[in-house]
Amino acid sequence: MSMILYVPDDAAALSVGAERVAKALAAAAVGRGLNLTIVRNGSRGLLWLEPLVEWDGPDGRMAFGPVTPDQAGALLDAIQAGTEHPLALGPTEEIDYLKNQERLTFARVGVIDPLSVKDYEAHGGLEGLKVALIMTDETICEAVLQAGLRGRGGAGFPAGIKWHTVRKQDAAEKYICCNADEGDSGTFADRMLMEGDPFTLLEGMAIAGLATGARHGIVYIRSEYPHAISKMARAIEALGEAGWLGANIRGSGKDFQISIRRGAGAYICGEESSMLNSIEGRRGTVRSKPPIPAIRGLFGKPTVVNNVLTLATVPVILAKGAEFYREFGMGRSRGTQAFQLAGNIRRGGLVEKAFGVTIRELIETFGGGTATGRPFRSAQLGGPLGAYVSEEMLDLPMDYEALAENNAMLGHGGITVFDETVDMAEMARFAFQFCAEESCGKCTPCRIGAVRGRETVEKILRGENVARNIALVGDLCELMTDGSLCAMGGLTPVPVLSAIRLFPEDFERASVLAAE
Amino acid sequence: MPVTAERPETLDVRTLCAAYGNQAPMLLEVLHDLQEKIGYVPEACVPALAECLNLSKAEVHGVVSFYHDFRTAPGGRVTVRICQAEACRSMGAEALTEQILSRYGVSLSEATVAGITFEPVYCLGNCALAPAAMVGSELIGRADGPSLDAAIEEAGR
Repeated sequence: MSMILYVPDDAAALSVGAERVAKALAAAAVGRGLNLTIVRNGSRGLLWLEPLVEWDGPDGRMAFGPVTPDQAGALLDAIQAGTEHPLALGPTEEIDYLKNQERLTFARVGVIDPLSVKDYEAHGGLEGLKVALIMTDETICEAVLQAGLRGRGGAGFPAGIKWHTVRKQDAAEKYICCNADEGDSGTFADRMLMEGDPFTLLEGMAIAGLATGARHGIVYIRSEYPHAISKMARAIEALGEAGWLGANIRGSGKDFQISIRRGAGAYICGEESSMLNSIEGRRGTVRSKPPIPAIRGLFGKPTVVNNVLTLATVPVILAKGAEFYREFGMGRSRGTQAFQLAGNIRRGGLVEKAFGVTIRELIETFGGGTATGRPFRSAQLGGPLGAYVSEEMLDLPMDYEALAENNAMLGHGGITVFDETVDMAEMARFAFQFCAEESCGKCTPCRIGAVRGRETVEKILRGENVARNIALVGDLCELMTDGSLCAMGGLTPVPVLSAIRLFPEDFERASVLAAE
Repeated sequence: MPVTAERPETLDVRTLCAAYGNQAPMLLEVLHDLQEKIGYVPEACVPALAECLNLSKAEVHGVVSFYHDFRTAPGGRVTVRICQAEACRSMGAEALTEQILSRYGVSLSEATVAGITFEPVYCLGNCALAPAAMVGSELIGRADGPSLDAAIEEAGR
């Protein structure tokens, strides 16, 4: 008898034993004389169920999880005998968490073998690039603009406008730089996409090249992601061998090649101009703007800098049309966003939904509340530079403008949940500490402000002149917001001020404790 | 320059730089490879790096000192990186770090004891399975004392 099983080799799945499960299944199959094929797919994003094993049976993919190595034999026996197994979750696509999503960018992640070009094409891959090859550069840019695609890295700038700007530059050399320096805590969507469907990103970059006249693409991946780096390197090779990258793509006369550059543990290199300096082999300090990278970017040439998910969303827009994509979403936030449920949450994972879904739906309906079972206290949206929100704000929709009106930001779509045990004054102190450690040092408000901010919050924590020091932190935050060169110093005040505004009792409580 | 008089790590530098066509923008890649090969970036390598890539020694030093990844002294046989960022803090990363470090009797800033180097790290991209840690090249989700101990023992073999 033969059997096909899917066992993810996504880093998160590996971190809870997927490799040991795959080996145990292979060994158990040998003992049973079973002809077992194990496909190493990406993760479906139901991370609390990892390692999630799927059986490709007569009724489609059936899920089992979380599987431990010692259950391998019993699992194979149950599948062979057609009996119920305690870990059985039914058809994968029918699991509520997955069924209630709108997967466009992540349509193939966890479904296909990430390194099989054939599998990729069979699931709709390369359709966008094929269309783009017969379009003009201007019409490609226009399609991306009309789709309403905004930068998924956090700033939300319309990708089509950026592409048009690069396209209009008269330069012999242009670049497409993919920002895969996903350093924000609470975010892992870039990593999951690069490990689960790397061809989508490469296809999006090739389309960006066709749209702007760039022939070189560079993916800058943080060194903390060794699995993603290795997967991307193999994917570039495989897509090149199939003729979809490199010189004269499929006889079109167009060239596009992609290389990978590793980061080196500097958070600031997620800022686009720092990243460009880093790719040039320099210290990752921020550049002053203007000029913007679209005019003078990498090596002084016009450069598209886009986040992984921005570029990986382009293929579906080209394949299905701008109209199809802009149907999703609300207001000026069109399409879908890959939300990441992280931290103290029972069902952590990836949820791709149209913009407009409420924070509560994500945390409660999808996430199932806190992991510890204690009451919810706060969530930080959009990474370390994003605002904390309180219980009262959970019915806000995930939309760039709606969140901005409420002093919060969507950022990269990460949601980090905290239960009632969190000390928000300590989190404010940590925000400054993180900025102090990761500041590039180029501008004074960030370099010195972060250190003074940490010291001042420490005074508050010790109960020293609490009211005066809170006012001082407010002044300092105003200066950092207005005077910093980039978002690192400019947005560090966001988590700090939101903590003070929404959870003043945590700052007072510190003073009471110290007085005792 | 008489090649025979050069220290072995300088020879490594020349080979690695040549592999990247002696291109200055590839400095970070060269440094990663060098560190993978000999465990750290010795200061003695800086002049050779500068010469091969046509940079000043100050430029090379500036890059080595800017990035957290590059260490200028040898580390232990096993590197343990415990995530200190928000998502992991929400699941008790601070207490876990304290517990592990006190058992080894060190503090968390590139402290090496018994061949193990402990380093802070800010986000390993495993935020739904917090707290996260990396022991050697092994990523660990829902890390706790026993799972870290087991991974440290495994990596030390």
